[in-house]
Amino acid sequence: MLRIEGLKAAVAGKPILHGLDLEVRPGELHALMGPNGSGKSTLAGVLAGNEIYEVTAGRVTFDGEDLLGLSPEKRAARGVFLAFQYPVEIPGVSNMYFLRTALNALRKARGEDPLDAMDFLAVARERMQIVKMDPAFANRGVNEGFSGGEKKRNEIVQMAVLEPRLAILDEIDSGLDIDALRVVAEGVNSLRSKERAMIVVTHYQRLLDYIRPDRVHVMAAGRIVTSGGPELALALEEKGYGWIEKEPPQALAAAGEAQR
Amino acid sequence: MNDEAVLRELTEGKYKYGFVTEVESDQVPKGLSEAIIQQISSRKGEPDWLLEWRLKAYRHWLTLSEPTWPNVHYPKIDYQDIVYYSAPKPKKKLGSLEEVDPELRRAFEKLGIPLAEQARLANVAVDAVFDSVSVATTFKDKLAEQGIIFCSFSDAVKHHPELVRRYLGSVVPATDNFFAALNSAVFSDGSFAYIPKGVRCPMELSTYFRINASETGQFERTLIVADEGARVSYLEGCTAPVRDENQLHAAVVELVALREAEIKYSTVQNWYPGDEEGKGGIYNFVTKRGKAAERAKISWTQVETGSSITWKYPSCILQGDDSVGEFYSVALTNHRQQADTGTKMIHIGKRTRSTIVSKGISAGRGQNTYRGLVKVMKGAVGARNYSQCDSLLIGDRCGAHTFPYIEVKNPTAQVEHEATTSKIGEDQLFYCRQRGIAEEDAVSMIVNGFARQVLKELPMEFAVEAQKLLGMSLEGSVG
Repeated sequence: MLRIEGLKAAVAGKPILHGLDLEVRPGELHALMGPNGSGKSTLAGVLAGNEIYEVTAGRVTFDGEDLLGLSPEKRAARGVFLAFQYPVEIPGVSNMYFLRTALNALRKARGEDPLDAMDFLAVARERMQIVKMDPAFANRGVNEGFSGGEKKRNEIVQMAVLEPRLAILDEIDSGLDIDALRVVAEGVNSLRSKERAMIVVTHYQRLLDYIRPDRVHVMAAGRIVTSGGPELALALEEKGYGWIEKEPPQALAAAGEAQR
Repeated sequence: MNDEAVLRELTEGKYKYGFVTEVESDQVPKGLSEAIIQQISSRKGEPDWLLEWRLKAYRHWLTLSEPTWPNVHYPKIDYQDIVYYSAPKPKKKLGSLEEVDPELRRAFEKLGIPLAEQARLANVAVDAVFDSVSVATTFKDKLAEQGIIFCSFSDAVKHHPELVRRYLGSVVPATDNFFAALNSAVFSDGSFAYIPKGVRCPMELSTYFRINASETGQFERTLIVADEGARVSYLEGCTAPVRDENQLHAAVVELVALREAEIKYSTVQNWYPGDEEGKGGIYNFVTKRGKAAERAKISWTQVETGSSITWKYPSCILQGDDSVGEFYSVALTNHRQQADTGTKMIHIGKRTRSTIVSKGISAGRGQNTYRGLVKVMKGAVGARNYSQCDSLLIGDRCGAHTFPYIEVKNPTAQVEHEATTSKIGEDQLFYCRQRGIAEEDAVSMIVNGFARQVLKELPMEFAVEAQKLLGMSLEGSVG
């Protein structure tokens, strides 16, 4: 479904990703871990098409199609969704209006009829339940004055309504207390399916106590330095990222390859 | 294409109302003098008192100089190079609306203002002003059943001289300021409305102003009187053809709200804004003011998207105790447009209250200035004001400026002022696009969200129009 080969990317002329390879199949959930500055969020941004990142080498295909050649909205129409680490506020635009505009834009791009306000509202209300979101949030401005946790829940509601094929969740756990984390994680789990792939970017292992990954990748200095099953996350928790950083990346990358 | 290029493309939309209507017109020669004013007055068959009033204004105007304090820049206006009166020649005497010159009727239909009543928005009465004169007023008879007078200013002078004489200049004196004095000398037409005691006007009253002739200024005058306990909602709209020259529009609007009356005055201003390089466009130099008696309320709502230069401060004189003034404004400047707009709230009566919500949107090389005065006089015990001024910048070549003036002479007054400036962020646009929303729709959505607090004050029928207009003024998608 998603194939990343030799991806290099820079922001403001500064190289961040130094040749990254990853393959994700339908139904899989990949956890992408690593210390701050290792390039996790850059990868998420590059996949979604954020123009502040410049791709300098490599290729990314989604269902065989060149993803990097598509605008962000076209990627969205193909089914790529990014849950933002820092969801943006859009004052005065109601959550429901925003989400309906988004859903109907996606439907239009796919040649489907738009949902009318009533049908949409029914769907949205139901999906808000997934993360126990207060219905009052429906008519508030997009993320306007939301707490950190509310913003993160809102990202999951959007995912639930837009039903992407590939969801990239960028530090969906940051800034959440344990109860909120559980709610968000349960929301994510309920959206897992055979057709839908997910890439979960996280700094901490604790999220993976709730969302069980199929594969875990560890990034350092712009590369995936090792990959493994869920047990790799636990090892990281024990040893910390220092363990990764002390090892020469090449050797670890080779180790990662060997584990595959 | 990067975001900046897309933004630039979006902000270079075309003006939709730029057509010219071919009608024969009856004009006075260019220039301004007592003789010209006499000609205008006699063509309109005015009584002597009104001519005298005009001449007095003119003589005063001669002693004034054009204000230079606004934060706008334009070449000097040659007041002798303007035609001060232009009227479409009537083919014959009008007996009913159906006899309006078909050319004119088509012009207004093209603007979305059908003059045939059955085709009109069911609940809006319209006075259509073309260049210097009113060509049609709809629903006159229906309104008359309740004693409501809604007609062109000229008709009001003819049929209701006592009302006109009593209130004309009572809020904006002929000597008020440079442009108001000029208007008082040469005003040609406009709308007049009178709502009798205790009557709630059953429909929206609306005037649609259209400048058509070239080298012509438009100087209309609107006077609305709401008698004790009366209520009315009034809307004005305006457009003009695309022309290379700048045209002057210097209007005066006076609102009189007597005891416990309520006047809601909404404007959707879409005069031709000039091209991308700032060539052409209307100079919109307008004086609008209302006077509120005891427990009366005056509410101004404006959506200003047109004109190359806007100079306009719809104000409230809160004379009566417990009177209320409101000002809700969205001003959008794109390309080389400049706007210096805001309000004055003059608190005279006890416990008078005012609210100011101003939303400035700047795109292209637009310059947007909020200028507002809150003045609390000595006797205004317990007066309260709340002001909020927000600016939104689109791109990095535009500007937003805020000049709040506050003068408080009563220690019991409460005055609050809040101001914010924000930019449509790349992060906001990317967020929308990631969800599948195309960039120009995203810009339009963000701008409308920003302006929502003001748009919701507009009458329903027009809120939708205003929303589209905001989007259109920023987008390239014009039919």
